[in-house]
Amino acid sequence: MDDPERTTEPLGDMARCDASSPRCAGDFLATDGAFRYLAIVVTFARNSLIRNMTFRANFIIETAASLSWVFMNLGFYLLIFQFTPSIGANTGWGKYEFFVFTGTGLIINSLVSMFFMVNADQFGELIRFGGLDFLLVKPADTQFLASLQRIDWPSGANFLVGLGLVIYSLARLGYWPPLTAGLLYIVYIVCGIGILYSLMFILAATSVWLGRNETLFDFWFYIVSFGRYPMEIYEGRFGRPFRWFFTFIIPVLVAINVPARFLAQPLYPKTVQEWLLPVYAFLATLVMLAICRIVFQLALRSYRSASS
Amino acid sequence: MATAVEFPSARAFGPFSRWRLWGTILRISIQERIVYRGDFLLGSLMRFLPIITQIFLWAAVFSAIPSAGEGSPQIVGYRYHDIVAYYLLTMVSRAFSSMPGLASGITRDIREGTIKRFIIQPIGLLEFLFFYRVAHKLVYYGIALIPFAIVFFLCRGYFVEVPHGATWLAYCISLILGFLLGFFLEATIGLLGFWFLEVSSLLFVYMLFNFFFSGHMFPIDMLPPALLTVVKLIPLQYLAYFPAAVFLGKVQGVEIVTGLIVQAAWVVVFAWLANITLRRGLRRYSAFGG
Repeated sequence: MDDPERTTEPLGDMARCDASSPRCAGDFLATDGAFRYLAIVVTFARNSLIRNMTFRANFIIETAASLSWVFMNLGFYLLIFQFTPSIGANTGWGKYEFFVFTGTGLIINSLVSMFFMVNADQFGELIRFGGLDFLLVKPADTQFLASLQRIDWPSGANFLVGLGLVIYSLARLGYWPPLTAGLLYIVYIVCGIGILYSLMFILAATSVWLGRNETLFDFWFYIVSFGRYPMEIYEGRFGRPFRWFFTFIIPVLVAINVPARFLAQPLYPKTVQEWLLPVYAFLATLVMLAICRIVFQLALRSYRSASS
Repeated sequence: MATAVEFPSARAFGPFSRWRLWGTILRISIQERIVYRGDFLLGSLMRFLPIITQIFLWAAVFSAIPSAGEGSPQIVGYRYHDIVAYYLLTMVSRAFSSMPGLASGITRDIREGTIKRFIIQPIGLLEFLFFYRVAHKLVYYGIALIPFAIVFFLCRGYFVEVPHGATWLAYCISLILGFLLGFFLEATIGLLGFWFLEVSSLLFVYMLFNFFFSGHMFPIDMLPPALLTVVKLIPLQYLAYFPAAVFLGKVQGVEIVTGLIVQAAWVVVFAWLANITLRRGLRRYSAFGG
C-alpha cells in the first residue's frame, strides 16, 4: 500500500515511457485530438499495470483487502434484510432492488478509485514538491495528465464484483431491462463518475491555496458516503432539507441513485419529479464538470512552483 | 558515554522521579496537540458525519418493519431510539478506544530507525507512547466535548432510560479499560513491525474486523448466533459494544461485573503481549537506517 516510488518520482511513468520506447512519445505528437488522448490513457494504463505487476504480492494483498471490505459490507446489508423486507416503507427498495443499487454504487466507486483516486491524492504532493512543473510543460492538457497519470488496477476487482452483483440481483428479480434502460444506465453511470470526479478534483485543486488537503480529502469521502444509500432514506423534518441540499447544492445523491433507479425500479415512476430527476442529474453533471474545470484553471494560475 | 549513562538514570531524582517524568511527557504532548486545535476540532466534528447516514438508514429500516401488534417494532430487542442511542454511545466508546496512527507510527519508527532513541533515553517506548496518547486523548476530550455535548443535547430524546449510580460507575470503568485495551492491542500490532517491517496490510485486516465485530457498524447482537458466540469470545467487543451495552442496560447485574473482569483480563493479556513483543523485538533489532 505504501508504494515507495509514489513519493519519490511522480512522473516515473512518463519518464520511463519516453526513455524506453521513443515510439510512444512520438505517437502522442503525431496523432491529434481525442485519439491522441486515448493513446496517452492507454500508455498510462499499461505503465500502471507494469508497475502493479512489479509488486505482485502487494497487488494481490491490496485486491484481497478491498474485496474483503466489500464483502463485509454486503454481509451487513444481508444482516439488515434479515430484519426488514425493504429499506423504507413503500419505497420499492427490497432486498434485490437494493443490491442492484449497491452493485451500481460499487461500479461507480470502483471506476472513480481506479482512474482518479490515486491521482487526486497525489495532486497535493505534485504541488508541494513542484512536480506539477513537469506536467505544465508537456504538450497535453494539464488537468487531463494530472487526473489520469496513475491507474489503480486493484480497484478493478471491485468493479467486477459490482457488475456481478447487479447481474445476479436482476436475475433474482427476474427482470431484464429493455435496451433503452440499459443504455441510459451506462450514460448515467458516466454522469455519476463525472460528479464524483468533479467534487474530488475541486477539493484537490484547493491544495494550491491551502498547501495540504488531507482533511479536505476525508471530507470528500464523508460527503460521498451520504450517497451510498437510496435517497428515500432521508425523510422527515431533518431528512428533507438534507436530501434537498445534497441533491441540488452538492449533487452526490443523484450520482448513484439515478442510474440504479433505471435498472431497479423503472416500472414505477411515482411522481413527475422522478422523471425530472434524470434530466436534472445530466445538467448537474455538466455544471459540476464546468465548475471543476474553472477551479482547476484558477488553481493552475495561482501555482507558484515552490520548491522545485 | 559515561555521563550519558549517569545522567538519565531516573532514580537519581528521587522516588517520585518516575511520576515527574510522566508528568513532563504529558505536559509536552498536550502542548504539542493544542497547536493544531483548529484542525482537531474540524476533524472531530467530521467524525459525526457518517453517523447521520446510519441514523436515517435505520429509520428507513424500522419504518418498513410490519408492526406486530402492540408497541414499536424491535430488532433483537432494539427499538429505533435504542439504535440511535447505541450509535452515539459507540462514538463515545471509540473516542476512548481508537488509537489513530499508533501501530503505523511504531512500525515507522522501527523501519526508519528512530526507535533507537528509546534504547538510549531513560524512557520506555510503551511508557512514552502511553502518556503521549493520554495527552492526545485529554486534549481531544477537551475540544470534542463541545460537538459531543451539542449532538447529545440534540439527540436527548433518543435516550429513554438513563442509567443510575452503579451503572454509571461501571460504564466509566469500561470506557477507561477500553482505552487501555485499545492502546495495548494496537501497540502489539505495531511492535510486530520488528519482524515484518510493514504491517499496513495486517493493520487493515485488524481495522476491518474491528469495524464490524467491535460493534461499531451495528450492535453485535444482530449477528447470527453461531458467529455471535465467536465474536463474544474475542476482545474486540470491549472496544465499542460493551460500554454502550452497559449504558443501555443490555447487560445487567452480575453480567456487568464478569464483563468488566474479562475486559480487565484482556487488558492484562495485551499489556503483557506488548511488553514481551517489545523485549523480543529489541533483541533482534539491528537499527537499519538513520
